Amino acid sequence: MSVKTEEMVLNMGPQHPSTHGVLRLELTLDGEIITKVVPHIGYLHRCFEKHCEVMTYPQVIPYTDRMDYLAAMGNEFGYVIGVEKLLGIQVPERVEYIRVIMAELQRIASHLVAIGTYGADIGAFTPFLYCFRDRERILNLFEITCGARLLYNYIWIGGLSHDLHPDFIRLTKEFIREFKPNLKELNNILTYNKIFIDRTANVGILPLETAINFGITGPMLRASGLRWDLRKDDTYSVYNKFDFEIPVGKGKMGTVGDSWDRYYVRVLEMEESIKIIEQAIAQLPDGDVTSAIPKKIKPPVGHIYSRVENPRGELGYFIISDGSTSPFRVKVRAPSFVNLQIMDELCRGHLVADVIAILGSVDIVLGEVDR
Amino acid sequence: MGLLDKEFSENNILITTTENLFNWARLSSLWQVGFGLACCAIEMMATSASHYDFDRFGVIPRPSPRQSDVIIVSGTVTLKMALRVKRLYEQMPDPKYVISMGSCSNCGGPYWEHGYHVLKGVDRVIPVDVYVPGCPPRPEALLEGLLKLQEKIRYESITKKNNEIV
Amino acid sequence: MKSFEEISELLKNNFSDIHFEFHPEAKFEPYILVPANKIDTVCLFLRDNNELYFDSLINLSAVDDFNGNKIKDDKGNEIMQGGTMSIYYHMESIKFRHKLLIKVILDRDNPSVNSVTSIWNCANWHEREAFDLFGINFNNHPDLRRILMPYDWEFGHPLRKDYQNPEFYQGMKVPY
Repeated sequence: MSVKTEEMVLNMGPQHPSTHGVLRLELTLDGEIITKVVPHIGYLHRCFEKHCEVMTYPQVIPYTDRMDYLAAMGNEFGYVIGVEKLLGIQVPERVEYIRVIMAELQRIASHLVAIGTYGADIGAFTPFLYCFRDRERILNLFEITCGARLLYNYIWIGGLSHDLHPDFIRLTKEFIREFKPNLKELNNILTYNKIFIDRTANVGILPLETAINFGITGPMLRASGLRWDLRKDDTYSVYNKFDFEIPVGKGKMGTVGDSWDRYYVRVLEMEESIKIIEQAIAQLPDGDVTSAIPKKIKPPVGHIYSRVENPRGELGYFIISDGSTSPFRVKVRAPSFVNLQIMDELCRGHLVADVIAILGSVDIVLGEVDR
Repeated sequence: MGLLDKEFSENNILITTTENLFNWARLSSLWQVGFGLACCAIEMMATSASHYDFDRFGVIPRPSPRQSDVIIVSGTVTLKMALRVKRLYEQMPDPKYVISMGSCSNCGGPYWEHGYHVLKGVDRVIPVDVYVPGCPPRPEALLEGLLKLQEKIRYESITKKNNEIV
Repeated sequence: MKSFEEISELLKNNFSDIHFEFHPEAKFEPYILVPANKIDTVCLFLRDNNELYFDSLINLSAVDDFNGNKIKDDKGNEIMQGGTMSIYYHMESIKFRHKLLIKVILDRDNPSVNSVTSIWNCANWHEREAFDLFGINFNNHPDLRRILMPYDWEFGHPLRKDYQNPEFYQGMKVPY
């Protein structure tokens, strides 16, 4: 005797405590096993590309901040590198080093949010508070430099808006000294916690061939076993002067490319960022950060694609200039937009609770997905 | 009980008005529905974290609108999302309050001029009690907005209707 | 790692019937212009050839060139007739570390091109976004519908340069 079952459609709506923003997932279930996932996006579409066509080149920078609001320095960095290549200007070395320090501090802050909210989704609330406590110290560093905690408008075309505060180096060294034991503490309470491992190991396994075909980049690709990082493979700014490793997923707790690997790659990346910051502070040259900022920004006709390694993946800007003071077209290749397509492949055959674990390990930011 | 804790040695009678008592109870435990849309949601999360604690004012995040009193609309409301915000607001039981956090939900924010998909202010779909400006507002600004809402509730009347629903 | 000239040679030798236009002089990024109806055969060759092996599509952008005739329609608004739209494909080979940019030019009044989703799955949502915001039709796409705008948005395609905002959408006033 066979039992006839029907498939049910369940809506994980735009308002949900665990979807990291306004994302709607339409799940088709057979019992409790998922057969299909359809993501619906566009609930935060803020018309960034239309604004770029009417604003001038420097006026676009605050809008780029607001796309991936957890890694705002990286967004500005990518756009400014593209425009500087179009204009053909060379920035002073001090500017390059400070940009790298800010980008790496931002990477640590962004990974702290990713890890903290991932723990909160799985059910562990305390790591969330610990991560935010450390993140407040990084935001203090940003605040004394440029005045803002979350959305900075700091990296300008041709330089920076302010030089470093006189206390910045001392406070950063203090922060690094106090952050290293906190990372060990985080590993003890979350990374090697048996419940966490049971919920994330062998869940959402991503094979490498599928990842490359779907265009996945960032920690997700590295967790599937490929050592691909734009800071080393298509190097920009002064990253070639630093000595750091690229962490790769090894399948320590389960299979290579599962959710635990994706999470652990982020923890290891924070350690590498600390190394880069220490080296950058030691090598920081003197100079004037505003000397190369041009008075009038009018690039020649042409197009360029510039990309940076953001905490979520490869962020690319395709800028087309027609010779006037505003861009003709700016297309943003957002990492979360491309990474989110993989949800259907990853979730098939898992249970409903695993969808949350998988979505947290993909680490999306809806501002970037919808732009 | 605070000021009156163990102050008297015999049994006593406290006299107050029902309005004062109800308003004091309502403002001391405003449960919010977790409704973060964009960048302001991160500042709201930072306000709930341990540095600028939200919990000491009695505000805890609840996942469902049916169990909450206040909705903090933090972030840009787009046209696609506006209908869902309205539905969430209608699902909350009375008495309910709305705090509009951030420049985007006050008036459209930096996207006011060329945003074809942005709703210029959440007060076009739901009635708002307190507006908190900033882009994003600092956690202290959000706490100030909460205190203003508490003040507004303190002087509310349960019999006379003095605020109009648009 | 192959240079732009070597890739151009390989393409010319393998597709003698297709008319390519090579632009190595473009200042920042040299590109190849491919006719619109042959893009999927060219892309399949680029992905599967052993010396090129472009296994990853980085980006697919649609651009409204806005180079037609400006006329006034019946409501007095300025719209454009004629002209072209372009699509730019950026692809990369992770194994050999070379990159390539391919451009396709379409007719603005009725833009239509073959989809490359069967070659790279990454193109799925990029093409849906180009359809949503520009109105470009992709043949053989598995699921072509709007992605960022609401599903019942009937006021056109917003990123075209002559797009006009509606006054009301479902009872809500759209302009400021």
